[in-house]
Amino acid sequence: MSTRTRTPHGATEPVTTRALSPHRTLATARRVLRQLSHDRRTIALLLLLPVLLLVLLYYVFDADRRSFDSIGASLLGIFPMITMFLVTSIATLRERTTGTLERLLAMPLGKADLVLGYALAFGVLAVVQASLATGVAVWALDLDFAGSPWLLLLIALLDALLGTALGLFVSAFATSEFQAVQFMPAVIFPQLLLCGLFAPRDSMQPALEAVSHALPMSYAVDGMTEVLHHPDVTGAFVRDALVVAGSALLVLVVGAATLRRRTT
Amino acid sequence: MMNNHPPPAVRADGLHVVRGGRQVLTDLAFTVPRGSVTGLLGPSGCGKTTLMRAIAGTQARVTGTLEVLGRPAGSAALRPRLGYVTQSPSVYADLTARQNLDYFAAVLGLPGAERGRQVEAALADVDLTGRADSLTGQMSGGQRSRVSLAVALLGTPELLVLDEPTVGLDPVLRRDLWQLFHRLAEERGTTLLISSHVMDEADRCERLLLMRAGELLAEDTPEALRRTTAEGTVESAFLHLVDRARAADEPWPAHTGQKGRTTP
Repeated sequence: MSTRTRTPHGATEPVTTRALSPHRTLATARRVLRQLSHDRRTIALLLLLPVLLLVLLYYVFDADRRSFDSIGASLLGIFPMITMFLVTSIATLRERTTGTLERLLAMPLGKADLVLGYALAFGVLAVVQASLATGVAVWALDLDFAGSPWLLLLIALLDALLGTALGLFVSAFATSEFQAVQFMPAVIFPQLLLCGLFAPRDSMQPALEAVSHALPMSYAVDGMTEVLHHPDVTGAFVRDALVVAGSALLVLVVGAATLRRRTT
Repeated sequence: MMNNHPPPAVRADGLHVVRGGRQVLTDLAFTVPRGSVTGLLGPSGCGKTTLMRAIAGTQARVTGTLEVLGRPAGSAALRPRLGYVTQSPSVYADLTARQNLDYFAAVLGLPGAERGRQVEAALADVDLTGRADSLTGQMSGGQRSRVSLAVALLGTPELLVLDEPTVGLDPVLRRDLWQLFHRLAEERGTTLLISSHVMDEADRCERLLLMRAGELLAEDTPEALRRTTAEGTVESAFLHLVDRARAADEPWPAHTGQKGRTTP
């Protein structure tokens, strides 16, 4: 073992902890992506599974292309949310249980750096995932929609951020991977049932319809439907996108509040 | 105890900590002088980790006085000046040793070139240069805890708080690490607070804090402890002090679950 000679203490200038530093946020995002890069199978599953499921859906609706169009478009928004929810909840749970979170919070890292670092890393991944799925849906499976594929991509990205935010938030309430995985059906499935994919929301029992108005996935699916039917950016699309983005931001802030520097 | 110009590395007075609804530390008062290698010794479960967490600023429900480098423990300004190594290695298993160090160095705000230099130096300090590009998760337990130690050396912290850093290591590695600890104190003026439940490590420290059941039994040099108790080893000095405390106290509480090696 060797040592290095060093200037005496006190000469080092103090590093301050700011709430947010772009440098630390980017370093965190790079670290998360580097972790994933050592796990090729997870990347393959993340990227290929939505594509394969779309192909499956295409043949399920072999005789009913209109249904494929509407359900396929909705799924393009739902996939990123589910996968990012799962990946984030497990990843942050690991941070909590392996002690890396405690170490990071004892260092000059802002909570926002950590949360945004994760959002950025998984956002990048979601863009790749959604581009691939949208590309295959549009060109190989002839998914027919009126609007721009960029708008589909935008909703998919916002959905992914919402999934990341929800995953981060629920990981605070899980003490094991078993529990974290169970939060997926608990948080995602009710939204899936009420988002209008299975039955139009206005045909639901009025109480449920009201609940569906409060769930962000409903707006994600509405946004996708807008792109499906309208060539231009409609007011409804802008509203839907804003609701999903606002929900993601809100949950991220709440999620950041669950990160405690001092624990009992 | 002392009122020198630079405040002591750690100063505690009337320190109480409640953890998990239980009083873990009771009325501790001690001082850790700057540039010293201080051992924190006591059986498992006596509160060593809780004390270290309190000093590192990650423990909630701390009352009384606890000053670190002249500031209240847990102050944001202390975060870059203090390195804390938890008992189980808190590094990312799915990153290589070098990638781990690179990320934590970025969190400390070390600029590019300096970052690379410090990462290499920390790897050399813990003798892991040859394994720098191996995944941490594929390393042996001892190597992984050395990666964790290397992270704490980044940024040349003024105070290193090490929770059982030599547990489970082979004798050669243990000796090398103790040599490193003393070199850090001598060459860089670092203060080290090192916990252990193995009493034969006591003689490697300049000063000792002996703990039992959340209370401080003694604070002195190993020689002075042996002298005042008229015992030959620190271990028997510890037992001597325990007996004295028990005699003064009510009967010794049932000490099931204490897996320390201090019982004769």
